[in-house]
Amino acid sequence: MIELEDVAYNYGGGELLSEVSLSLSPGSFHFLTGPSGAGKTTLLKLCYGALVPTSGQLRLFGQDRREMARDDIATVRRRVGVVHQDCQFLDHLSVEDNIALPLSVSGRDLLAEGANLKELIGWVGLRERAKARPPELSGGERQRAALARAVIMSPDVILADEPTGNVDWEMSQRLLRLLIELNLMGKTILIATHDLALIRAAKAHVQARVLRIAARRLQLAGADL
Amino acid sequence: MKLDIRALGDLLIGDVQADRVVPPTGFTAWLTLFSAGAMAFLAVFALALSLATGRLAERWGDELARTATVRISAPEAQMAAQTTAALRVLETTTGVARARALDDAEQAALLEPWFGPDLPLDQLPIPRLIEVIETGDGFDAEGLRLRLQAEVPGAVLDDHTRWRAPLVQAADRLRLLGWLSLLLIGGATAAMITLAANAALAANAQVIQVLRLVGARDSYIARAFVRRFTLRALGGAAIGTALACLAILALPSTDAVAGGFLTGLGFQGWHRLWPPVVPLLAAVVAFAATRTAAHKTLEEMP
Ligand SMILES: Nc1ncnc2c1ncn2[C@@H]1O[C@H](COP(=O)(O)OP(=O)(O)OP(=O)(O)O)[C@@H](O)[C@H]1O
Ligand SMILES: [Mg+2]
Repeated sequence: MIELEDVAYNYGGGELLSEVSLSLSPGSFHFLTGPSGAGKTTLLKLCYGALVPTSGQLRLFGQDRREMARDDIATVRRRVGVVHQDCQFLDHLSVEDNIALPLSVSGRDLLAEGANLKELIGWVGLRERAKARPPELSGGERQRAALARAVIMSPDVILADEPTGNVDWEMSQRLLRLLIELNLMGKTILIATHDLALIRAAKAHVQARVLRIAARRLQLAGADL
Repeated sequence: MKLDIRALGDLLIGDVQADRVVPPTGFTAWLTLFSAGAMAFLAVFALALSLATGRLAERWGDELARTATVRISAPEAQMAAQTTAALRVLETTTGVARARALDDAEQAALLEPWFGPDLPLDQLPIPRLIEVIETGDGFDAEGLRLRLQAEVPGAVLDDHTRWRAPLVQAADRLRLLGWLSLLLIGGATAAMITLAANAALAANAQVIQVLRLVGARDSYIARAFVRRFTLRALGGAAIGTALACLAILALPSTDAVAGGFLTGLGFQGWHRLWPPVVPLLAAVVAFAATRTAAHKTLEEMP
């Protein structure tokens, strides 16, 4: 679905990632770790087409990223749910409308999806806050809203950047369970996180590969994880 | 820039949800509303001016193309003879279609506005007037003048309407300037709305990024902006047009005697259909300007 082959990337300065090869096949579950500033967010951005590799091959759903027009990228975004590290909401809309945003922009009938939306909002524990504006939410609430928005379209792939960075252990377990459930339904999951306990907890339920960025390279993490 | 029908259709049907994804932007909204309103106000006046000068030029042109007067001042006893002589001269002049002496009643009617109704015309040495209707090519005024001088000593040719020729030319020029002003007003409106749209797009770079993140196509994002600006321009221009029409209606009215330029500024006949076109044109201009601006900006945003 998403394939990187010998990909290198830099923001114009020194090489940030090099010789990165990764294949996110349908139904796979990956964790991505590495020190702060190693390039986890950058790798995720490559995966959803926000960045073009400086060299190497990047294929999104079979299409070469370099040959994709912006409308093609938009199509990819509808098949890839992204939980951004800094969430990114439309602050003038309610939490509920933000979560429903992917439906709106792809022209889905919001009324028909209403029940789904309500259920999902309940699932991430935001029923009380559904009418609030994003700036009024706590960090953890924002992350839950971001996750809800990422999965509302029932995408093939979910890329989550530190989805549990601001929530307590119990909530992080709940979010993880949601992601695991989605994985069991056949969705492809990639989670960038520093939270080793989360990775261990996940490995009790799913077959997860743990990747690590170190010294610009992507490697399989040690067996201790 | 093609204004395809589907895009316009989508625009009119609208999508409340799509409208809301762009936050209400205070100052660009007012800028658009105000400039569309002001420009529509000016456009209505330019339009009224063009149409009025057009009518004026036509009327004056008609009159001056065709009429002249021969005035005969002679002692009472010779009046009839000289009138007949002058008519004979006129009948044999090329370029004169018809010549006809006004009768007493007509002369009295002409003088009535100045001297009142009970003028004892027969007791006054009033010159006799001969109305001369020209053919399309007109006559040679100098030649006619000389012939009259030789044969009818009391006759004076007065091609009085000729002094209007430069005026007609000026009126034509004025009409042209009116249409030119309309074009300039349209251009300025497009420029201002483009600026406002660009400001709104720049202010909403973050919003656009989020929309793209969740899979919005450029056309969707553009439409949200275009629709908003088009409707605002339509609303602003409608207000401006209404105010301008009220202002024209409120011009003090005298009747057509005054030459009817100032008072003839109002829209007449089917020309009344013009003012409602102004807001529609403003909307089309706003649609085209915003659409171009939006697609260009989105093209440039990574
Ligand atoms: N748009 C950008 N332009 C230039 N440099 C950037 C840009 N975005 C990120 N960087 C740099 O690239 C490096 C990797 O950033 P990235 O966000 O991928 O790290 P990360 O692994 O996600 O870190 P963290 O764990 O703190 O989120 C950092 O040094 C960062 O400063
Ligand atoms: Mg990061």
